Amino acid sequence: MLKKKPKIIAFCCHYCAFTAADLAGTMRLQYPANVNIVRLPCTGKVNANMLLQAFVDEADGVMVAGCEPGSCHFLEGNVRAVKRVSFAREKLSEAGINPERLEMFHIPASEGPLFAKSAKEFTEKISQLEKKGDGEADEPDSDETGVETGETDSREIGAEKGEPD
Amino acid sequence: MIVSEQKPFGQIFDFVRDYNNILVLGCGTCMTVCMAGGENEVGVLSRQLKLAARHNNLNMNIDELTITRQCDREFFDENATEKINRSDVVLSLGCGVGVQYIVELFPEVIVRPGVNTRFYGANISQGLWLERCAGCGECVLDQYEGICPIARCAKSLMNGPCGGSADGMCEVDTENTECAGQLIYERFKNLNKLDELLEIKPPKNWSAGRDGGPGRIAREDMMFDE
Repeated sequence: MLKKKPKIIAFCCHYCAFTAADLAGTMRLQYPANVNIVRLPCTGKVNANMLLQAFVDEADGVMVAGCEPGSCHFLEGNVRAVKRVSFAREKLSEAGINPERLEMFHIPASEGPLFAKSAKEFTEKISQLEKKGDGEADEPDSDETGVETGETDSREIGAEKGEPD
Repeated sequence: MIVSEQKPFGQIFDFVRDYNNILVLGCGTCMTVCMAGGENEVGVLSRQLKLAARHNNLNMNIDELTITRQCDREFFDENATEKINRSDVVLSLGCGVGVQYIVELFPEVIVRPGVNTRFYGANISQGLWLERCAGCGECVLDQYEGICPIARCAKSLMNGPCGGSADGMCEVDTENTECAGQLIYERFKNLNKLDELLEIKPPKNWSAGRDGGPGRIAREDMMFDE
């Protein structure tokens, strides 16, 4: 079953993406209200624990939004974040969660419109995944049989196979 | 330190999927430093298990704890003891020693290993660990100016290098593994002691290693009288 609105958590860097989100608001740009922003001093603060915990706490999608490469206030935080997001995606995949639900973005402080666009597109992507039954097994019947969506869940249980899907 | 790496998640999940109360127990010493089973890894693995359990509609209560060392009785304090006794299975992220020591201390508890224990190694750079000691029981580093042919040569050659050495690298892995024989040669050359290498080293006494069964060190002076 499709949830009404996917729950999105956006871990945003104070110096760029968070400022861009603020700017989007100032510019009166609309972006989905289900995107919940967590402000970080730098995306270099994120780690796999934090990202996986968001999913444990029922997030449907997680954005990590940092500065563009080369413009990190702390020099390399955003580059490290890319690696950590990549690592967390592997861990999600192993646990049977579609890694597409976690994505890294680079959004400069001046790009309010880009933040709004990214938030919209990511929400749309997660909504599509939910619609396809590519979510967590919170609806056991549909997830097991694929009857609700008229298709078999293409995502095998990675944990059972012992390999990422 | 002892260096390990985490087992594939699928294998770990299979170990614990039939249990309800799972304790993921980390080790705060070697396993923390080699980033295989410290507090952070315990956190990541616990969250993965929670997500996988939810995905598979399994009822799992996953608790997590990291103690200073799993190979020392004193670190199994009241809190750890209570958590271990309350669990159906302990997923130990300690090395093989830790897993066995938990079994010895808590015979009624099922324990499963979450890591593959690999070697005694050094942290060469961030994210890179290399084997440096084989625990052979009779150290020969004095004879080789601090470069171990037992641990670092694929064949443990005492009088290397062999014909598989090329450009300073070992044929076993020409990209990543240096030839120990070559390293020893360079070391002696830098110390102006090359003539010492002409001496053929006799076969090593292996009886101090695996010969004679499991190792045992007993220090009467350190033991308590009972």
